[in-house]
Amino acid sequence: MNIIVLVKQVPDTTEVKLDPKTGNLIREGIESIINPDDRHALEAAINLKEVAGGKVTALSMGPPQAIDAISEAIGMGADRGILLSDRAFAGADTWATSFTLGKAIEKIEKYDLIFCGRQAIDGDTAQIGPQVADYLHMSQVSYVYEIEKVNRKSIFVKRRLEDGFEKVRATMPALLTVIEELNIPRYSHVGRLIDACKEKTPIEVWNAADIGVQTSEVGLEGSLTHVIKTFAPKFQREGEMLEGDTKESVRTLVGKLKENRLV
Amino acid sequence: MTVWIETELCNGCKRCIKACPYGAVELKDGKAHILENCTSCGACVEACKQKAIQTDVEPRAIPDFSDRKGVWVFAEQRNGTLNRVSHELLGKAQALAADLGQEVSAVLLGYQVSGLARTLFDYGADNVYLAQHRALKDYRTIAYAKVFEGLVTEFKPNILLMGATHTGRDLGPRVSRRVGVGLTADCTELTIDPEEGILLQTRPAFGGNVMATIANRYSRPQMATVRPGVMEALKKKGNKGTVIKYKVSLTEKEIGTKVLEQFKEKKKGVSLSSAKVIVAGGRGVGTEEGMKSLFSLAKAFGGEVAGTRIIVEEGWLPVERQVGQTGQTVRPEIYIACGISGAIQHRAGMMGSRYIIAINKDAGAPIFQVADWGIVGDLNQVVPELTKAISESKRK
Repeated sequence: MNIIVLVKQVPDTTEVKLDPKTGNLIREGIESIINPDDRHALEAAINLKEVAGGKVTALSMGPPQAIDAISEAIGMGADRGILLSDRAFAGADTWATSFTLGKAIEKIEKYDLIFCGRQAIDGDTAQIGPQVADYLHMSQVSYVYEIEKVNRKSIFVKRRLEDGFEKVRATMPALLTVIEELNIPRYSHVGRLIDACKEKTPIEVWNAADIGVQTSEVGLEGSLTHVIKTFAPKFQREGEMLEGDTKESVRTLVGKLKENRLV
Repeated sequence: MTVWIETELCNGCKRCIKACPYGAVELKDGKAHILENCTSCGACVEACKQKAIQTDVEPRAIPDFSDRKGVWVFAEQRNGTLNRVSHELLGKAQALAADLGQEVSAVLLGYQVSGLARTLFDYGADNVYLAQHRALKDYRTIAYAKVFEGLVTEFKPNILLMGATHTGRDLGPRVSRRVGVGLTADCTELTIDPEEGILLQTRPAFGGNVMATIANRYSRPQMATVRPGVMEALKKKGNKGTVIKYKVSLTEKEIGTKVLEQFKEKKKGVSLSSAKVIVAGGRGVGTEEGMKSLFSLAKAFGGEVAGTRIIVEEGWLPVERQVGQTGQTVRPEIYIACGISGAIQHRAGMMGSRYIIAINKDAGAPIFQVADWGIVGDLNQVVPELTKAISESKRK
């Protein structure tokens, strides 16, 4: 069972702030992590490999420092790591990203499954999985929280719905996007982390030429959507503070509610 | 392909810094300086009044899309019941279509679902594209994507909206890739640019800390998924529309997936999305005991209780009662925030409320900036007092 796992390195978003003066993201000093959902995808793939045999390949697209995410994936148990990195890939929307990943996957020899996290915490789009699946003409199941069984022809999974779940059989090759509920990801093994840095498990870095794409097809140039502006969310209302002690302020409030026919 | 600064011309006005969506320009010794993460998008070039920013990037030609007409909405249904978000999308679609002088159409897929067309007209659809087939009974990605591909190719819509539900977020990207268009996820605001006539799609990013407005200039339809609970459904009384039946042929082999079983988990009577009043608790509630007084207040109002992420993580409320970026988006008539500081992630889920009341010990809590009425005080006193007052006023 050969499995490709799509991994993204993301900033730890609880810390992301906007510069109030410029309206730009403050990126300095923010830690980079493997996207949380992707860790569950890695765990599922490694787990399946341990049962059924085969090989797990971690694939990422990002700046050179995203190699840390691949090392960590290898530390968890991935057998091979590939980082797609090129200045030309920068500024890609999901259209250009799914194309770039799709082209790279076509270069990787035989695979049965592709696992990805449901969505990345920096963009929250949840689009890359389905778009890659479409590019590669594969069946797809999203929001997977349980893998029941796998055979040569099909994979049986449970998929979360807003108000329940469904059992789905998907024909191989298939792409799954997984959610947190699926498993508890393991930590990286130190020995394997060291291997990732040595020649034992070399991480391949591929650029635009390596995957055979024109710079006009990828990155910002190859994108179909563009960010026009970013801004801090505006939430201000004309608030009124109700004065007085508890009784008084509550009385004023009830008065306001009545005035506005809310009670 | 680069962007560079003619330093002599730069007067350090910082317009380019504001204009850059990537935070890739900074001021160094009073002059603008392009950083390594520049994507050569050219936003700064247009912003510079000194013409100090140069680029060798050729402006990209925008194709002619004058034949693209109509605002389409995916009418999501399961087992013959329409998802509420479809009504909301039709509400927004009416406004967008009016701005463009175009029609609203709903796309209804399924098996034996033609009766739903009536409802779609009631919510503002001028047309319903109806595709019925046994293979469309359960939602399946490839089957639905194939039908959309056929419809879009044949009828050439200008805009296509889907709910950012589990189904919409599964189908949207698949359709976008297939018909060769961009897609903006999970939008909370949609408007038509008055000059260019394009759809401006605004969405939260980075966990709600940043809002981004996105345009889709180079492909049609302009596709977006829209967060449930954000747009307002608008009934259009007596509206009549046309059903356009669309024939499909599908085989099990090409679809690739099969839904073997479906389970509905019993809802424990929680329906935040339809609650008129929501009483919400945050860290300041302090104890599980404290939550009880919120339930009493909610009962007095005939409303529901919700909470922030912390309350859910503490195990004081089930996850289906969580409001915020990672929980639900709600828009009740009255939202009473008790002991909630008002972190941006929480505000993202409740700002659509008609009236917001904040009760908090800390007068400096950001929640007061978004409240219509605020009471600084101990919620253990204020909440019971308010409960009493509301119960009394109802008895009268």
